[in-house]
Amino acid sequence: MTAVCSYFQVHQPHRIKRFSAFDIGNGGPYFNDTGEGKLNNQKILNKVGEKCYLPTNALLLDLLKRYPDFRISFSFSGVVLEQMETFSPYILESFQKLVATGQVEILSETYYHSLASIYSPKEFRHQVALHQEKIKHLFGYTPRVFRNTELIYHNDIADLVSRMGYRGILAEGADHMLGWRSPNYLYRPVNAPTLRLLLKNYRFSDDIAFRFGSRDWSEYPLTAEKFAHWIGATNGSADVVNLFMDYETFGEHQWEDTGIFHFLRALPEELLKHPDNSFVTPTDAINRFPARAALDVPYYVSWADIERDLSAWRSNELQHDALRAVYALEQAAYESNDPSILEDWRRMQTSDHFYYMCTKWFADGDVHKYFNPYESPYDAFISYMNALNDLEHRILRNQKERGIFSQLKKIINKLTYAYGH
Amino acid sequence: MFGWEFPPHNSGGLGVACFGLSKSLVQRGTELIFVLPKQIPTKAIEAHFRFADIYFPSLSFRVVSSSLKPYITAESYRQIHGVNTPSLYEDNLISEVYRYALRARELARQESFDVIHAHDWLSFLAGIAAKEATEKPLIVHVHATEFDRTGGNGVNQSVYDIERRGMEVADQVIAVSQFTKDILITRYNIPEGKITVVHNGIDTEEGGMKKFGVSSTPSALTSGLLRLKEAGNKIVLFVGRITLQKGPDYFIQSALRVLSIRPNTFFVMCGAGDMREKMIRSAAYQNISNRFIFTSWLVGEELDTIYQVADLFVMPSVSEPFGITPLEALANGTPVLISKQSGVAEIIPGALKVDFWDVEEMANKIVAVLDHPSLGYSVVSHGQDSVSQFSWKRAADACIEIYKRFIKTLKPL
Repeated sequence: MTAVCSYFQVHQPHRIKRFSAFDIGNGGPYFNDTGEGKLNNQKILNKVGEKCYLPTNALLLDLLKRYPDFRISFSFSGVVLEQMETFSPYILESFQKLVATGQVEILSETYYHSLASIYSPKEFRHQVALHQEKIKHLFGYTPRVFRNTELIYHNDIADLVSRMGYRGILAEGADHMLGWRSPNYLYRPVNAPTLRLLLKNYRFSDDIAFRFGSRDWSEYPLTAEKFAHWIGATNGSADVVNLFMDYETFGEHQWEDTGIFHFLRALPEELLKHPDNSFVTPTDAINRFPARAALDVPYYVSWADIERDLSAWRSNELQHDALRAVYALEQAAYESNDPSILEDWRRMQTSDHFYYMCTKWFADGDVHKYFNPYESPYDAFISYMNALNDLEHRILRNQKERGIFSQLKKIINKLTYAYGH
Repeated sequence: MFGWEFPPHNSGGLGVACFGLSKSLVQRGTELIFVLPKQIPTKAIEAHFRFADIYFPSLSFRVVSSSLKPYITAESYRQIHGVNTPSLYEDNLISEVYRYALRARELARQESFDVIHAHDWLSFLAGIAAKEATEKPLIVHVHATEFDRTGGNGVNQSVYDIERRGMEVADQVIAVSQFTKDILITRYNIPEGKITVVHNGIDTEEGGMKKFGVSSTPSALTSGLLRLKEAGNKIVLFVGRITLQKGPDYFIQSALRVLSIRPNTFFVMCGAGDMREKMIRSAAYQNISNRFIFTSWLVGEELDTIYQVADLFVMPSVSEPFGITPLEALANGTPVLISKQSGVAEIIPGALKVDFWDVEEMANKIVAVLDHPSLGYSVVSHGQDSVSQFSWKRAADACIEIYKRFIKTLKPL
């Protein structure tokens, strides 16, 4: 029996506009680029909407209606949802229609698609709660399974998530973590035995997400029939095959002319031709399959790059510096009691900002350069640090104002005391 | 090889390039007759060329009496020779180039060689003359064009004609960058297939980077700069000829902006050139003279020390065929901000880059490096990877490959 569990990540960051040293002190805003380039968030959302979200949603809705046993799951960052609400509610509605079929599970994550799980458990819990609220509000739904930003995983994160009452967590099925074990079974974290661990089958997932349109690939072109045959061949050695990928795979990373939509349209039928195959959501998988072993992961694993570690976001001095700087503002941001300060500070925690600062591509020029809306990692760093510096100015101003306010209050209290009696 | 004077007697990158390239060529076993113009014949140059006391019998020198100097422009030739009418200066410079060519023809007839290699337009006619006299293949090496030297304004037709003729007559053209190759194709109509890009190199000590820290005996200038740094100031450095091509005015304009928000910054301009006086006056006019230090042309250890003291090196060139100074700065452990209109930008992916005319962005990036040590650190560590890749040995090998296309009997490497 092989169950196919697919999860699609839907996320777009609030990209920071070119923010110069000479803009510091003006108080922002930071995310409202209106140019023709790649930093215009509204334009990008609408473009990805046209190329990916709308056509793929329409296709999936059709498939869900046609195959009542078809199941899929999504994880939406809070920041992509609020952009849909602001810029293009019709995209949000098309997702709501999918969820309304009852065949779609939504996963939990940090609202700001952040690295808070590494830097601040307190901030992490705040952001997860904010995300829960958002999902409840938009989809009338409370997720029970957690997926951390970029599938970042560690024993400590399992512990944190388990204590928050979740039943399961997703992670990369990285070779160096699994050893001889198969990603096609459920596991339990060694220090959180009630939690269930679902591991990405990166070979099958990346066949679709990365290799699908590559003419250099020996399996090109990949047909739904061939793929379903591969999945079918795991019967007897698998409980669940986890296909985890960015939703933008469909139409954005793999363009329409690669045939990706034809592939997706044909896939459920091809998979169901094998009588032992079925579809599950992460919660279904947890209900149906036992955990086969305990996994001990005392280091960070993610789904990014060949390293499958944190190096995409945290390997060079720029990234360390920027991460240190943003989390150094944590206490002051809480104390500001100013929702706009808190919101901007949190938007600046989105992992993409640090990804854009990655300099690994200087050596080999690869996927990072393709996904970088800035001219260079340095430009990403400079705009980020300038915007953060501006935010710090706002926090300082706020502190000063609150100081004056509390002094005034003391004086008024004294006066009231002196003259009131 | 028709080349130009070496450091420390040179006045810019061309001499450094001739030295680096010929040193590596003889080290790779090439027999080299190095011809250069000189007003007074001297043996000093030969002694200097012994490369750390190793004598290369395969290298010999011929000095031709001439007043030509690299980088000479019509304007400066006029100033040097006190000629006031434009037609006369032009006659003088161009006829000097012709005279040099005539002497080169005589010399070529007396020597035995396989291939002629001529560096930049002043020696192109000499190269052509040698080719005509001996029917040996000619390779012309373009380090700069008239468009770079003049910033595209006031291109001298006679100079352009000589450059173009040199490239047309040549059997092969070497350009110091893709940036220059593109100019040769679009402005000179040279067929793309005739041009090979050979990037310049840099020789670092023992193949590694220079040691950090300042030399043990600092000069008055460097100790002054160190005192400024100890007092909490930052140093931004310009090194190069102070001429239109090098963009010194853009440096001053961005300095003005930087100083408006980071007043504890000092700007050091190191070099000579026909715009130097104008730049001094410009800084004074903007009321930022007290944050500017103009030094003379520095070489050797003192130049290295200045690089090391600086927090950032800026090369704002308007049109820079290659630009070796950013590699020197990186070798000395100093981050670099370089003009996108330069050849060297092609080979340092880890450098900070800016359009020379975008003084706002130049100032933004200067401030970023001064504020965030992590940025400078990152630029240096990635930049030094490029420095170690671009050695003169590699450039010499590329030249030898080209020679071999024309000389069947040349031994393979």
